[in-house]
Amino acid sequence: MKLVALIEFLQRHLKWLVRLCWVVLALLVVGDWLWVDKEHAHTQPEHWFGFWSVFGFVACVVIIFVSKWYGHRGIMTREDYYGDK
Amino acid sequence: MAISELWLHPAVILLVGAVLLPLLRGRARSVALVAIPVLAFLRVLYLDPGTHGCVRFLDWDLVFGRVDKLSQVFGYIMTLMCILGSIYSLHVKNAAEQAVAWCYVAGSLGVIYAGDYLVLFLFWELMAFSSVFLIWQRRRPSSIAAGIRYLLVHVFGGVVLLGGIMLHLKATGSLAFGQLDVAHPDMATWMILIGFILNAAVPPLHAWLPDAYSEATVTGSVFLCAFTTKTAVYALCRAFAGMEVLIVLGVVMAIYGVVYAVLENDSRKLLAYHIISQVGYMVAGVGLGTQMAINGACAHAFAHILYKGLLFMGTGSVLQMTGQSKFTELGGLYKKMPWAFLFTLVGGLSISAFPLFSGFVSKSMIVAAGFEEHRTTAAFLLMLASAGTFLHTGLKVPYFIWFGKNNCSAETWQRAEDPPWNMRLAMALTAGLCIWIGCYTPYLYQLLPYAVEYHPYTAYHVSETLQILLFTAVGFFLFIKPLQPTATISLDVDWFYRMGGRAVQWFVNKPAQAVDTWVGELYRVCGLTWLMASARVSAWFDGRVIDGVVDGFARSVRGAGDRLRHLQTRQIQVNTFSAVVVLVVLLLVYLLTSM
Repeated sequence: MKLVALIEFLQRHLKWLVRLCWVVLALLVVGDWLWVDKEHAHTQPEHWFGFWSVFGFVACVVIIFVSKWYGHRGIMTREDYYGDK
Repeated sequence: MAISELWLHPAVILLVGAVLLPLLRGRARSVALVAIPVLAFLRVLYLDPGTHGCVRFLDWDLVFGRVDKLSQVFGYIMTLMCILGSIYSLHVKNAAEQAVAWCYVAGSLGVIYAGDYLVLFLFWELMAFSSVFLIWQRRRPSSIAAGIRYLLVHVFGGVVLLGGIMLHLKATGSLAFGQLDVAHPDMATWMILIGFILNAAVPPLHAWLPDAYSEATVTGSVFLCAFTTKTAVYALCRAFAGMEVLIVLGVVMAIYGVVYAVLENDSRKLLAYHIISQVGYMVAGVGLGTQMAINGACAHAFAHILYKGLLFMGTGSVLQMTGQSKFTELGGLYKKMPWAFLFTLVGGLSISAFPLFSGFVSKSMIVAAGFEEHRTTAAFLLMLASAGTFLHTGLKVPYFIWFGKNNCSAETWQRAEDPPWNMRLAMALTAGLCIWIGCYTPYLYQLLPYAVEYHPYTAYHVSETLQILLFTAVGFFLFIKPLQPTATISLDVDWFYRMGGRAVQWFVNKPAQAVDTWVGELYRVCGLTWLMASARVSAWFDGRVIDGVVDGFARSVRGAGDRLRHLQTRQIQVNTFSAVVVLVVLLLVYLLTSM
């Protein structure tokens, strides 16, 4: 199957793939700063350099760690907790 | 009852189909499984705008067919999803499962075209009572229990809704289902709202959703994920547009679902939590209440039904083929189920609102409406939740099922392969629609209730979205270790009624039983002893005193009688002589004393 072959090709060249992703990310931030018209921005912070990149990354980190913190306050528990699994 | 016109309700087609389906076998059933939903879809397409199906019942004018732009967009997507879900379930041998699924869709259509609250309530309950069979059909003990909880919660919601409807009728004298006075809500309005938001899974009335949907059958969850919550969104759009509390509730939903998705180990339960998150956007849109926001809520419901259906199809096909849905029992399946991976990825990219996928053109309308209404905090929090959506549904689900550590047992790995052709076809069609909506915006925008002035494909919006999503991916791969699934469950507010039920059971079995035993013992020790003692005294009194008196009297009577009998035994001459002697003696005594 070609799809499997494509995935395995990408896995074999993972190092290059990761480098390519970093380049894309950099281009995205720089491109947003240099070329994107901010006319549609609704608030002042949105005009800052790389605002949405930082927002996305921080949002991800906050969601992961706040959720895990919450989960470890007794919310996450054993699978047979209710005794019916 | 008086019927003013004959009007074919699209729900009737599905209800008749549901009755006929179990009678059909083999190819005829397969043809019917596709043809009946297609007929219902065509009926929706050719409905004339206006009010139809009016029935005079007692003092009320019931309206079964209110056809306008708002009802049409929901009627369209519901019947379309019914076609896709039915194709997905073509391989299912149990016709009862497909029949109840159609009854469930018919309930949804009934609500959508209802012009009054009584008809709405009728179909609202049809949805609850038919959909529960999609959970019970899985036949696991945990599914049976989850179905009962699902039904109890929905019966509670239905009762509150009916109470609200009755109060509304008493206050206004009208049953018409339309916009309520959300600026000055009275008790009736609040009760109707509670009935609606329970079905929309708004916290804290949401826990039935992940509890039940993760326990449903593979095809059942594909239907379940589409209809209940989005029908509730339709009802909210119709009656509660502009109710401010819904903005807060919507944002809470969007974030709540994301938080629980981090903790979840079961892929289908994770998706169920993400329904709450995504419906949060729609509820917030209803709360904003502007034309753009209502358009956004409708558009997002439309897109959501398709991509969430697709995601449940993808993870459902994994469950179907491997028997597993937990991340801790899956992994590395790309070699075995590549097509299921590809279609699930399309669903993941759509829900994450990637450019060129459906969520991008719908979700952003709501967020943009939030910014335009200067609800900046709400809009930013919705953006934060969208990062969480990509984190889990776009990355966590595909990664931990098809890549990551291979946790499959030998049996799971052996069983794993792409699902049957009908499931692949349904996924391919749904994935195609997700991409089509994302690429060709007029298709969806023309169906919306209000004219659309919104253009999602601006350079700023594309750049903004790509930055959020791709940097979320950076966070995912950097912090993949804390995201590793663990074999746990997460407690939610269903804890209160699950453990509350047990508390009642414990109370009945322990303290109430103990009190009952103690009272029994007390009665036995004190009551019975006293009773026995008093009985003995009574017996003694009865035996000695009462019987003594009675027996004594009887003995006296008997003695007198005996003597009399003995007297009577002598000869009559002797007796007469004795009597004469006594009389002569008495006479002599009298004469001697009177002289």
